[in-house]
Amino acid sequence: MVVAKELNVEVVAADRKVWSGSASIVIARTPDGEVGVMAGHEPVLAVLVTGPVTVRTADGGAVVAAVSGGFLSVSEDRVAVLAEQAVLAEEVDAVGVEAEIAQLQGADDEAARQWAEARLGVASHR
Amino acid sequence: MGAQLRELRERIRSVGSIKKITRAQELIATSRIAKAQQSAEAARPYTRALVEALEAAADRARLDHPLIEGVGTPRRSAVLVVTSDSGFAGAYSANVIREAESLTGLLNGNGQEVRPYVVGRKGVNWFRFRSRETGGEYAGFTGKPTYADARAIADDLLEAINTPTDDGGVDEIHVVSTHFKNMVTQQVRARRLFPIVVEDVPEELQHAEIAAQRGDTGGAAAESRAGGDNHALPLYDFEPSADEVLGTLLPQYAGNLVYTTLLDAAASEWAARRRAMKSATDNAGELQESLTRQANSARQAEITQEISEIVGGADALATAGSE
Repeated sequence: MVVAKELNVEVVAADRKVWSGSASIVIARTPDGEVGVMAGHEPVLAVLVTGPVTVRTADGGAVVAAVSGGFLSVSEDRVAVLAEQAVLAEEVDAVGVEAEIAQLQGADDEAARQWAEARLGVASHR
Repeated sequence: MGAQLRELRERIRSVGSIKKITRAQELIATSRIAKAQQSAEAARPYTRALVEALEAAADRARLDHPLIEGVGTPRRSAVLVVTSDSGFAGAYSANVIREAESLTGLLNGNGQEVRPYVVGRKGVNWFRFRSRETGGEYAGFTGKPTYADARAIADDLLEAINTPTDDGGVDEIHVVSTHFKNMVTQQVRARRLFPIVVEDVPEELQHAEIAAQRGDTGGAAAESRAGGDNHALPLYDFEPSADEVLGTLLPQYAGNLVYTTLLDAAASEWAARRRAMKSATDNAGELQESLTRQANSARQAEITQEISEIVGGADALATAGSE
């Protein structure tokens, strides 16, 4: 019987720590598709695409964050999600982001548009 | 006499209100130092994790990235000069500019062209006044820099280093900024950000080398490197590949370096401003005191004169009456 181990997760943005705690699984998006990381995962460094990162906490809840310009590092059950920009779903100001998207309409700024859409995407999760 | 007294009182009043202003500036600066330090503290987890990941990736990737390898004989360098937006901070900006000029002289001596990238309105004006061409000018945020500000600067620098030298690109990136040692000491220093030297040498040697190149061991990166040394690197799998991970990490590292530099400079700027405003407040206090003394003696002199006039007048009357 293997005792279910927990992951030690940190979600860190360039200018602050966004979330940290223990979790059972972390789901993130890489250029090749979604990856799920559970305890006992081999060490990995993965580039993340702009989009949501879902952390299922040890007590069964879920933490959803939008990240952009990020990567994921896993070693010895420590998971670090590093991103230049990262916000938790509950921190997203959906109305503000929608206005931002409206402003970006027609502008040739793909990265900004993706980031805005990722935030709007996680905002609907809460 | 009366006119002199009035003038003195006016000056006392105006010195008094200057003192109030400098005192307020001093208090603002004091609270901003703490804020800048908190921001620097908040950025530390990212720096630490980033440097760890970078070490792991650099260990496994091909190292011919321009940010790591560099060229044999660099011909052009970018120098990021971090000054302040507003004055009232003593010699803060002047010190940085002086150091930048001496670095420019040094690089020119080595046969390198120098292209300045200037942060802060003071520095921007300094370069404009001398009609010197700059690679980029950034202002409006030095007291409270955000990551987006740092990102914009880093993007410009990366674009320059990724452009071939013949097409107007640069080979090296240096930065001249002020390091916040503590409340009383801030140090102007010049460092080379890129290319980073990563070699197959024992870690400690590598640090010593980086430290020597930067002319100092206090850099945020150097600190966190030293902190993360004591464990062996896990054998990471890379998604999609080590090269690609490194290619993603390096620009982020550049952004992080610029960001921590800006935060360090912001704390230093506020500390310099606090000191300048404190001595201005003290000077105003002294001036007020000496003006008050002058006013008192002027008032005393006025009274004495009035009395002597009255006595003189009474004497004259008495003499006239007795005749």
